[in-house]
Amino acid sequence: MYAAATESLIKQAREIKEEELQRFCGRVYKLLHSKDVIGEAVDSLQRLHLIVSATKYARELPSDLLMKLQTLLRSSSCPEQLQFLSSSIIRESFPPSVHSLSSDLSQDSRIFSCVAAVVLAQAGGKEDVMPLFHHLMKSFESRLSDGQIPKHALPILSSMITTYSEILTDDQVNLVSRKLVDWLRYASMQQGASMSSGGFFSAPRTRQPAPLTEVDGVVTGDFFTVLCVGQSYTEDQWMNMYAFSMIKSWLLTYDTEGTTNTESALLKRAQIIQLQHQDDRSEVDSSVMSMVSATSSSSRLLPPKERLREKAFEYCQRLIEQSDRKALKRTDTELQKACIVESVSIMDIICGEDPSYVYRAFPCIKALYGRLNGDFAYARTLLPIAQFYLNHSETAAVDSEAVFCQLFGHCPAEQFNEPMLAFEFVQFCLLNSSVLQDRVANYRQSFPNLLKFLAWNSSGLIAEFVELLPSLVAPDTAIELLHTILDLPCLAAALDLQQRSSCYQASDRTTWDQQGAKVAACLEAFRQPSYRGLFLYILRPEAGTGDTIDRLKELHQILADMAECPRVVQCAQIVPVLLHVYFNTVTEKADEKMMNQLLLVLLERCSLLYNIKTFHVEVQRAFSTHLQALCKHHPPLIVDQSREILEFAGSPTNIYSKEDFYTHVVWVIGEYLSVSYDPRCRVELITSFFECLEAVLFEITQVRQSASPPSFSPRLITVLMTTLAKLATRSQDLIPRASLFLSKMRTFARSAPVTACYSEEDTEEIITRAHELINLLKLPNVAQFVLAPSAGADGPRWHRDTNASLPQAMRTVSGLLHKHSSFLPA
Amino acid sequence: MVLCFLIHTVCPVSALSAGESRILYSRLFGAESGDDRDFTPEQKRLMQKEKLQVVARQVRSAVCLSREASGRLCVESVLGEEAVALGEADSGVFSLGSAELFPDRSAVLWLGVQALAFTLICRPHENLLLAEGTLRNIARHCLEELRLLGPGAEVLLKSDRVDALLHRLLPHGQLLFLNHRFAFNLEKEISGYVSK
Repeated sequence: MYAAATESLIKQAREIKEEELQRFCGRVYKLLHSKDVIGEAVDSLQRLHLIVSATKYARELPSDLLMKLQTLLRSSSCPEQLQFLSSSIIRESFPPSVHSLSSDLSQDSRIFSCVAAVVLAQAGGKEDVMPLFHHLMKSFESRLSDGQIPKHALPILSSMITTYSEILTDDQVNLVSRKLVDWLRYASMQQGASMSSGGFFSAPRTRQPAPLTEVDGVVTGDFFTVLCVGQSYTEDQWMNMYAFSMIKSWLLTYDTEGTTNTESALLKRAQIIQLQHQDDRSEVDSSVMSMVSATSSSSRLLPPKERLREKAFEYCQRLIEQSDRKALKRTDTELQKACIVESVSIMDIICGEDPSYVYRAFPCIKALYGRLNGDFAYARTLLPIAQFYLNHSETAAVDSEAVFCQLFGHCPAEQFNEPMLAFEFVQFCLLNSSVLQDRVANYRQSFPNLLKFLAWNSSGLIAEFVELLPSLVAPDTAIELLHTILDLPCLAAALDLQQRSSCYQASDRTTWDQQGAKVAACLEAFRQPSYRGLFLYILRPEAGTGDTIDRLKELHQILADMAECPRVVQCAQIVPVLLHVYFNTVTEKADEKMMNQLLLVLLERCSLLYNIKTFHVEVQRAFSTHLQALCKHHPPLIVDQSREILEFAGSPTNIYSKEDFYTHVVWVIGEYLSVSYDPRCRVELITSFFECLEAVLFEITQVRQSASPPSFSPRLITVLMTTLAKLATRSQDLIPRASLFLSKMRTFARSAPVTACYSEEDTEEIITRAHELINLLKLPNVAQFVLAPSAGADGPRWHRDTNASLPQAMRTVSGLLHKHSSFLPA
Repeated sequence: MVLCFLIHTVCPVSALSAGESRILYSRLFGAESGDDRDFTPEQKRLMQKEKLQVVARQVRSAVCLSREASGRLCVESVLGEEAVALGEADSGVFSLGSAELFPDRSAVLWLGVQALAFTLICRPHENLLLAEGTLRNIARHCLEELRLLGPGAEVLLKSDRVDALLHRLLPHGQLLFLNHRFAFNLEKEISGYVSK
């Protein structure tokens, strides 16, 4: 598909020298002046276009060539190909041609559109587009019959108002609104003149134009819309299509409060709706409003903006009815879906501006929901409907619970693998997260379902979920959420198996075997009744049935063979990110009870993880960071969970499988196990921790001839030593034991297996650290200060206040240490 | 409203580093949001091109990850098998973070057909169903008009055909609600153009 020839062409175009380019331009200029060689001219212009667009640096063209191209662009006798080429070359090159093209704008549709493309692309500000804009407005004002308004007038206008929304005055807004009403509601009801002249054998053509039909072939009986089919279309029918295509953007820009641009209008609307929701009393008042809204017969008396709203509303209602028909062509079925989405969104906007429309809209929307609910092909259309319910169900006093139950309960579970639906669903949740949290009971409970989207398409949705996750954290399900995040790769594996299982019959051995032996084994397990409960758990739609299951390890083992699947591996990569978001959210909000639970989960799960390459390491790293943060936030945790922590710290097996986390646990003990953090921290407790760690250190540093080299890093040794020293300073009876132990470290460090394994610097570090600690312990009060400063010592006061500053204390201590040193290196 | 349409590579290109994408066709629609900063037109163009490179890279990575995860083998189609190639294509969407050129939360829709990707960058809260249909339609035409399944370089030298295509199907970035007859009328014009 992409061959070396293409690559070399690009290379040539990029590397062409300035003089060569100028010569080429000269040749092109001559060609364009000679009338006969159109084909060659087209060829050269195509090459010129490649040259100017192939590089990101601007290419300047000679002004005579540029002017010639501009003339070509504006000449009505010029072939279409040359016009397009001229337009694209001018767009990509310098100097900009905005001003020269903006003068004397043509009436010809195509020329106007090509010129507009250049002007809009090169405009530096509002002033640059004004001539174009005025020409456009004049064509709208003209009372002459069709043909005066450029075909692309509406797309061009739409493009302008997107960037320069203040460009239209109120009068101009009214003018355009009136024209839009005409096109949307009063377009011709009959087909346009046919383009073909009929066959040789056909009967003489009658002058009567054929009627339009609906998408299912039935003759149309109501006003023209984009879902009306005819052999060919009249001018105003084309304008009807262009008008509907941009009406949503128009309404968002000019029919919401103030003439702000689209994004802030949307945001503002969302904010207004949120404010409405927060103030319950105003809802009661507004529901007493009259149920009879303006009927179409009186709409002629309405001002243009309101009339446009009315007509747009009717158009949308008609489209929704028309979407119920069974289309004969697949293109039209897809268009029907797009029309439903657009119509519901437009009705949503209109109802937001004028709540009296809500009573007319709801019957229509409810009926639509009833029709589409449960049809998987229409799942994406349910989202704008849900948005409508979210925005307006309170105004209309309509119960929306069923809608959200269906949405959160069924949709993700069944269609997690559709990338577009997943994206739109998650965007919906993001946009409405605060409202959903407050008003939709099962939103937060549905996180197992929502996370299915993420598990299936990790890389595509992680950015959204990083923002969405905080809204899913609820006090009663927070721990379950943590377990679910940790098992997200399992969920990915289970979803994969579910998909394969539903695609392939067990009897179809060939496809079964093609899966690969590993996956086939997992598929077998998936279908076994005895494992059913495990899979039901991981694939559950709702939270609340328990934090996790006892047989989790079994589930990990069954799924072990899926651990190398790309989808599972991709999912595993995003878990640490989610953990950070989770802990950052929870640590702020958590109460004491939850923090205790979190610590327990950390201790428990660091050995209970799905076995994917590097997954353990990454998760442990995240755990270590957050363990520190948790303990820093709430130091009494160490005492609260002293039993669990002692048990964890006391088993050397934990070192071999999760060294990093273990090191942090030890560090945290040393840092926070102190009376200054928790008055319950008595001598017995400190002693028991000390003995526990001493035993571990003893075991791992035994010096025997047959000992194997240490499989842990030197950092573990130093952290253990320092922690022991810290604990000793808090219960000074332990100091002699600590000193004795530390003196043995030298022998350990110098032993053969260790020197073979660790680098010279590392062994020196161990010895030096042991040396320093021993000396420090000889001065218990100083040691206490250095090794376990009170909480305030971290503050800047210790460094700025010249009387109490830490550096000075350090200098004193160093001096003392050097004087008292009796442990000379050998 | 579509902000940009791109055709770019998702296969390894020898002249570029791994993960980079070669943009074969790019079209930005409309004006950018008015920045009050004083950039010369040349600087603005440079920024635009670099931003498009970033997006193309992101799409390339999304395509590769998606193909890897689905584990489907890529079957090479040849000229004449455009419908098959399109049927097998991967598609997806992601949102852009905040960036100076495109508004925050712009959606990037992509369609990966073998070694190339077709990308649409849409304004936030756009009708993605319509955008997806439009993208598929444009991609189908590009595959046919530019003979992309063959080894030729029409995509570079016949880019005016893409311009003609976009002029009708996506004028000034406006997504259109085209039923099969509207589409047929436009496509007749397009084939008229191509046959010249």
